[in-house]
Amino acid sequence: METFTKQTVQITLRVNGENHSVEVEPRMLLADVLRHEIGLTGTHVGCEQGVCGACTILVDGAPERSCLMFAVQAEGREITTIEGVTPDEGMSELQASFQKHHGLQCGFCTPGMILTSEALLARNPNPSEAEIREALSGNLCRCTGYQFIVDSVQDAAAAKAVNHTNADGGSDKEGA
Amino acid sequence: MRAFSDWQTNKPHDERVHDNEQVTTSNKHQVHDNVTKRYAKGREAMKPAVFQYVRPNNLQEALSALRDNADAKLLAGGQSLIPLMNFRLSRPTTLVDISQLKELATISVSEGTVHIGGLVRHQQLHEDEQIREVLPVLSKAAGEVGHWAIRNRGTLGGSLSHADPAAELPAAMVALHATLLLESADSAREVPAEEFFLGFLTTDLQDGEMITSVKIPVPAPNAKYGFAEFARRPGDFALAGAYVELSGEGGTDAVTWFGVSGGPERRELSIAKETSDRAEQFKELAEEFDPVEDPAYRKHLAVVVAEQAYQQARKGQA
Repeated sequence: METFTKQTVQITLRVNGENHSVEVEPRMLLADVLRHEIGLTGTHVGCEQGVCGACTILVDGAPERSCLMFAVQAEGREITTIEGVTPDEGMSELQASFQKHHGLQCGFCTPGMILTSEALLARNPNPSEAEIREALSGNLCRCTGYQFIVDSVQDAAAAKAVNHTNADGGSDKEGA
Repeated sequence: MRAFSDWQTNKPHDERVHDNEQVTTSNKHQVHDNVTKRYAKGREAMKPAVFQYVRPNNLQEALSALRDNADAKLLAGGQSLIPLMNFRLSRPTTLVDISQLKELATISVSEGTVHIGGLVRHQQLHEDEQIREVLPVLSKAAGEVGHWAIRNRGTLGGSLSHADPAAELPAAMVALHATLLLESADSAREVPAEEFFLGFLTTDLQDGEMITSVKIPVPAPNAKYGFAEFARRPGDFALAGAYVELSGEGGTDAVTWFGVSGGPERRELSIAKETSDRAEQFKELAEEFDPVEDPAYRKHLAVVVAEQAYQQARKGQA
């Protein structure tokens, strides 16, 4: 059993495939450690009570609220933030689709929207509109009215399906 | 020391006083520096109050830690506790983090009984094949708890011990005749769900005890369950919800409501076949409830969700 009574503890967080050694107090929320200690400010902090979904990250591939989790609890887990799903150059398929369909205006909710959608499409490559709305129901957007976000995810899913079909058809392509 | 929000007011500079320091237009840079420093302070002053963090390696260690630390709280999914701590409405001196104890996160069915570990997450409960097979109503209800991200972390034991009157799972336990296993470092006892929930956020859980598992009898072949709830938005706490149990010919039916009172409300009756008679029955029962907000509306909703749950039960599928 480990008992941390001292002010801070040294932990290693695995974020976007990289290990980060950080010194944290046990009471520090994962969202705050990601932003202030590791400098990954793409994780947005909105309501800090689990309602808005802006701070949604992927923990072992599943969406979770980084404001409702202490950083010490994330040890040994695979954390993915918006930075982790953004290519070095350009945008991911989902991000490009959000741009194309005006799936964002102010952009505050977008990292959480993208990560939840990534997790959805990883489990269900061809979701129905109802399934998309259900998956994203925990992510609030005050700008778009959601319709364009749903369009973005649907189109990204369709684009992925086309790409996969092409990949399957071409024997010279990697992974075919 | 004043709150950080003081900086956002539109007072003239000469009226801004911080830390006994008079700030005038001549030291604008000082204002900026103070804002920066204050921000830096704000970064460190994160919301939850200081606590001792304990991470046990097994159940026994967890129960010992609970016994040895007065005012210790269990941290399971944290989806109710951490918001309370973020607002400092809860300030436990010690948190015993059981979220990694996989031994408490199992589901099994044996000899007509379903065993569900206290640390089973809502999404796990929702997706579990055995639960879908033998307790489809529970699978459906678990899928209505909060949102996906919340369900991935929130646990059965956490929901039951928090006992929010509008929560799906405490009422499910009452509706499904569950028995809770409560363990402490020195003892263990079983409590029927119907006796466990005492009222608004209040349970029979004693200091040092943990809900380690629940057991639910597999329903009789001719018993049918239905579930329905009404919430303003998907994932919100329900304004009213109900489970209906149809026991088959000759038996006693039951309705278990939530969200309309301080806790789950189970009523046994013989549910009428005629729609209008049924509405009268539900209405009469709902009259007994004492909802805090909009009593007339909530009682109306109680009747509506009971009818919906009845229709679900009739179809034989939750």
